[in-house]
Amino acid sequence: MLLLECPYCGVAGEETEFHGGGEAHLKRHGPESSDADFEGYLFHRENPKGVHLERWRHVNGCGKWFHAARCTRTLEVFGTYTAQCSEPPQEIRDKISAKRPGWTWREFS
Amino acid sequence: MSEPVTPLGGAVHEGAARVAEMPRRGMITLRGDLGDPAFSEAVAEVAGLALPGRGRVSAEGETRLGWMSPDELILMLPAPDVAAVLDRLAGALGGVHHLAVEVTDARALFAVSGEPAAVRESLAKLAPVDFSPAAFEPGTFRRSRLAQVPAAFWCEPDGSFGVMCFRSVAEYVFKALSVSAASDGRVGMF
Ligand SMILES: [Zn+2]
Repeated sequence: MLLLECPYCGVAGEETEFHGGGEAHLKRHGPESSDADFEGYLFHRENPKGVHLERWRHVNGCGKWFHAARCTRTLEVFGTYTAQCSEPPQEIRDKISAKRPGWTWREFS
Repeated sequence: MSEPVTPLGGAVHEGAARVAEMPRRGMITLRGDLGDPAFSEAVAEVAGLALPGRGRVSAEGETRLGWMSPDELILMLPAPDVAAVLDRLAGALGGVHHLAVEVTDARALFAVSGEPAAVRESLAKLAPVDFSPAAFEPGTFRRSRLAQVPAAFWCEPDGSFGVMCFRSVAEYVFKALSVSAASDGRVGMF
């Protein structure tokens, strides 16, 4: 079971109060983009065993989208951060580094 | 003109705790930037209540002002006052980006009262929320789920609880609460 803290409500809830929204920080490639970029945007997803960055929605709550950094292997949640972030904030990166030194995820580390 | 009615006509269940549909109470959904004093101070002024902090509800008489999200409040008030309060809100919030809509008949309200431990237990069996007196004190307001539907609940100044859900699931919530509050269903959690 995952325990997530909604960065808007400030409450810790278990995962049935939330809904997963897939991988975080996707960069949209639309019209005018190359075929390879568009294909990557549509289909290519990370599927790590370990540190993962995801989007979640507090569906049975404030209704807001937010981000979560967690470990897919242990279900440990390193931290959550608001949707108004196009990359993980330094504070979250530090928390991940404290538990998983040397971690990388896409272009982040 | 037909008479407005509550979803369940004032249904009551007497068990370990008492589950009762509240008499019809006016409700207004307010959306705007709670961090903007132009919005929050105008709302507090019209409501006659302090603006609730995150996860809190302000209470005075029949009026409640609950924190729904960083940009949403729910104002509960006597139903006959809704039209006048909407007018005053429109005046006080002129020029401020906001939304104020009556939702009186789109929501259902329940009161769960009685022995405090039984009240808390009845809710705790249905929601993934810590209902211990230390974690959920009077003035706390929380949105979550009750069994399988979204709901909001808050602790009244007298220690009883209010529950709000969509009107379409009023019967489901009432039955779920009634089973949870059955007199032979105590588990001694609190
Ligand atoms: Zn939330």
